[in-house]
Amino acid sequence: MVLDQDLVRHLSESSVSVELQTEDMTLNIGPQHPSTHGVLRLVARVDGERAFDVQPVIGYMHRGYEKLSEVRTYPQITTLVNRIDWVAGYANEVPFIVAAEKLLGIEVPERAQFIRLILTEMARISSHLIFMASYPLELGAATPLFFALRERERVLDLLEGVTGGRFHPNFNRIGGVKPAYGSGSSTRKVIQDLPAGFLAETRDAMDKVMEAVDELELLVADNEIILARTKGIGILPPEVAAAYGVSGPNIRASGVKFDLRKVEDYLPYHLFDFEIPVGENGDCWDRWHVRLLEIRQSVRIVQQAIDGIPSGPLQAKVPKVIKVPQGETYVRAENPKGEMGYYLVSNGNQGPYRLKIRSASFSNISILPWILEGVLVPDIIAIMGSLDFVLGDVDR
Amino acid sequence: MDFLTSLFSNFWVSLTGKLLLVALMIPLIGMVIGYAEMKLSAKMQARVGPYFAGGRWGWAQLIADGVKFFQKEDLIPDEADRPVFKIAPVLVLVSTVAILVIIPFGPGLIFRDLEVGIFFALAISSLSTVGVLMAGWSSGNKYSLMGGLRAAGQLIAYELPLVLAVIGSVMLAGTMSMSGIVEAQISAGYPYVVLQFIGFGIFMIAALAELSRIPFDMPIAESELVMGYLTEYSGFRFLFFFLAEFANMFSLSAIAVTLFLGGYWLPGIPEDVLAYAGPVILLAKTFLLVFTMIWFRWTFPRFREDQLQSLAWKWLIPLALANIILTGAFKVYL
Repeated sequence: MVLDQDLVRHLSESSVSVELQTEDMTLNIGPQHPSTHGVLRLVARVDGERAFDVQPVIGYMHRGYEKLSEVRTYPQITTLVNRIDWVAGYANEVPFIVAAEKLLGIEVPERAQFIRLILTEMARISSHLIFMASYPLELGAATPLFFALRERERVLDLLEGVTGGRFHPNFNRIGGVKPAYGSGSSTRKVIQDLPAGFLAETRDAMDKVMEAVDELELLVADNEIILARTKGIGILPPEVAAAYGVSGPNIRASGVKFDLRKVEDYLPYHLFDFEIPVGENGDCWDRWHVRLLEIRQSVRIVQQAIDGIPSGPLQAKVPKVIKVPQGETYVRAENPKGEMGYYLVSNGNQGPYRLKIRSASFSNISILPWILEGVLVPDIIAIMGSLDFVLGDVDR
Repeated sequence: MDFLTSLFSNFWVSLTGKLLLVALMIPLIGMVIGYAEMKLSAKMQARVGPYFAGGRWGWAQLIADGVKFFQKEDLIPDEADRPVFKIAPVLVLVSTVAILVIIPFGPGLIFRDLEVGIFFALAISSLSTVGVLMAGWSSGNKYSLMGGLRAAGQLIAYELPLVLAVIGSVMLAGTMSMSGIVEAQISAGYPYVVLQFIGFGIFMIAALAELSRIPFDMPIAESELVMGYLTEYSGFRFLFFFLAEFANMFSLSAIAVTLFLGGYWLPGIPEDVLAYAGPVILLAKTFLLVFTMIWFRWTFPRFREDQLQSLAWKWLIPLALANIILTGAFKVYL
C-alpha cells in the first residue's frame, strides 16, 4: 500500500512539473543479487541512473527463531541464536546467556567472563574484517577481499581452537563456558580450560591483525577513487540515525559516542582501557573508517584481557535441570553490527515463555528508504554496503 | 612456385589468407592475456590461480574454459530481440579483428597499410560500443539495458579524449598511416612518448574506458548491474565478448605502442635485424601495457558514471586540447 501511494503522489507531481513525459523503471535489486548480502530485495523506482524511491523487502530468510525458542530449553537456544548474525556468531550467544543468568541470579566466574570477552572481541574483529573485505568489492576493488579474509582466517582458527566451531561456536553454558578441549567421556576427569598455548597464539595473531589493518588502510584509504566514491555519499545525520534506531558503528560514524560496552555491564569491559572511535560526517567513508579503527580498539582489548586473565573455574555451580524462575529481563550488548538485545520472559519452565530478539541489522536497514532517496544506482550499492548488515540478523 | 605466386597475387586469395591469420590471432591472444590475467591477479591477491588444468601451472585453463563455453546451452531470453541479440557479440568481435589489420608488426609486416590507418582504427574501435549497446538493448533485461546505456554514455565521454590524444602524434609524424608514424619515429630517433607523454597518458586512460575495464567498468559493474550488458549471455556468445575484451586490450595497447612507444622499433637495433625482431619487440611492448591494464584492474575500485563524465570533460579533453596546442607550437618553432 505504501508503495502505491508513493507512486500516485509521484505521478501526480511529475505530470505537473515535467513537460517531456518519461516512464520510470522499477528495478528489482535482489533477492538474488551479487551485493545484497544474501536475500534482501530492494524495489527501486529509477529514472535513468537516479533512484527516487527504494523500498526494502525483507523476510526471505525468516527462520522463526523467536517462536522456536519457546519450544526449546535454555541450553538448546544458544544453537539458534548464534545463527542470527552468523558473521559474528559468538557475540550473539553472550547476551542471551547473560539474560538467563540474570534471572537465575548466577554469578559467573571471572575467568569465564574474560574468555567470553576475548572471544566476543575476536568475533567483532572477524566481523569487521568481513566488512573490510566486502565493502571495497562492492565498489569494484577485488583485492582487499583476499587480504582481509586471510587475516580473518587467523582469528577464526583461534575461535575454532577454543570453541570447536568457526561460525557457530555454541560455546556458552549458563553459568560459564565450555571449551572443546577435554570434552568427551564424562567418566574421565579432565580439566576443561583453554587449549594449551592459546593465549600466546592469540597475542601473536593480534599483532598480525594489527599489521594487516595497517596494510588495508594503505591499500584502501589512500585510494583516490575510493575517496571519491565514499566521501559525502549517504550522509546520515545523528538525529535521523537515532530516530530510526540505528546503532553500532553506523551511528558512531555519525558522531554519536554511543557504545554499550561503556554503558552496560554484561561483560567486564570497565576493566579495560579502550576508546570509542567516532566519525565526523556520517558518510560511507566514516562508516568504513570507524570500523577500521574499531578493529584496532578490539585488538587492544584482547591484548589487555590476555595479560590480565585470572585463573579459576570456568563454570559456576548450576542445577542439572535448569529452570529459570519467573520474571522478565532485557539484556543488550554491543555486537559488531550494533545493539543486540534479548527480552526474556520466563514463567518458571525449562524454556522461555517468550524471547524477543532485538537485532542490530533489522533496525540498521530500516534507514534504507530514507537514506536511498534520490541517490544514483551505484550509490545504492555503496550506501547499502556501508551499513554492513547480515540477512540472518535482519530476518532472524 | 609460379602457381603459388599467382595464387597469392589474386586479391581474394590473399585477403582470405590474411583474414584467417587475423582470425587465428584473436583466440590465441585472448587465451594468452586471459591466462596472464588469471595468474597475475592471483599473484596480486595472495592466491595460486589456475593450477591443475594441463598438468602444470594450469596452462590449459583457458582451453578448458573455451571447451566448456561451447558445451553450454545457447540461451536466448524470451523477451530478447533475437536477431539483434545474436548479432551483437559478432559485431564486437569483428571490430577487434578490424583493428588488428592496421597494426604494423615489423617493417612492411602489416595486413593492410591504410593511408588513414589511425583514423580507421578509432572509427572501428567505437563499433564495439555499438555492439555493446545492441547487446544491452536486445537482452530484454533491465540490468542489461542500464549497462548498455552506460556504455553509450561512456562512448561519448572517452571517444573525444581518445581522438584528441592521438592528434599530437599524427601532427609530429605528419601522416595518419600507422607504419608511417613508426617510420617517422625511427627517423626522429626517439619514440613520441618523450614529447607526447600527456597524449600517451590520456590515450591509456581513454583506452581503459573504451575497454570498460576497472576502473571504468560501469557497463558491467558486477556489484551493481549483476553483469551489465553481459547478464543474459551464455555459452559461445559470452565467449565472443570475453575474447573480444582480451583481444581489444591487445589491439588498443598495440596502437598505443605504435603511436607513442616506437612500435616495432627499439633504438640501437639495425634495420636488417628489425625485420625479424620487429614483431617480438612490438609484442613485448604491447604486453607491458597489457600488464599495466591488468595491474590497474586488480588495484582500483570502480568510478561512478558521472565521475567518469566529469573526468573526461573537465580534465582529459582540456588537457588533450592543450597538448595539441603545445605540439603545434613545437612543430612550428622547432
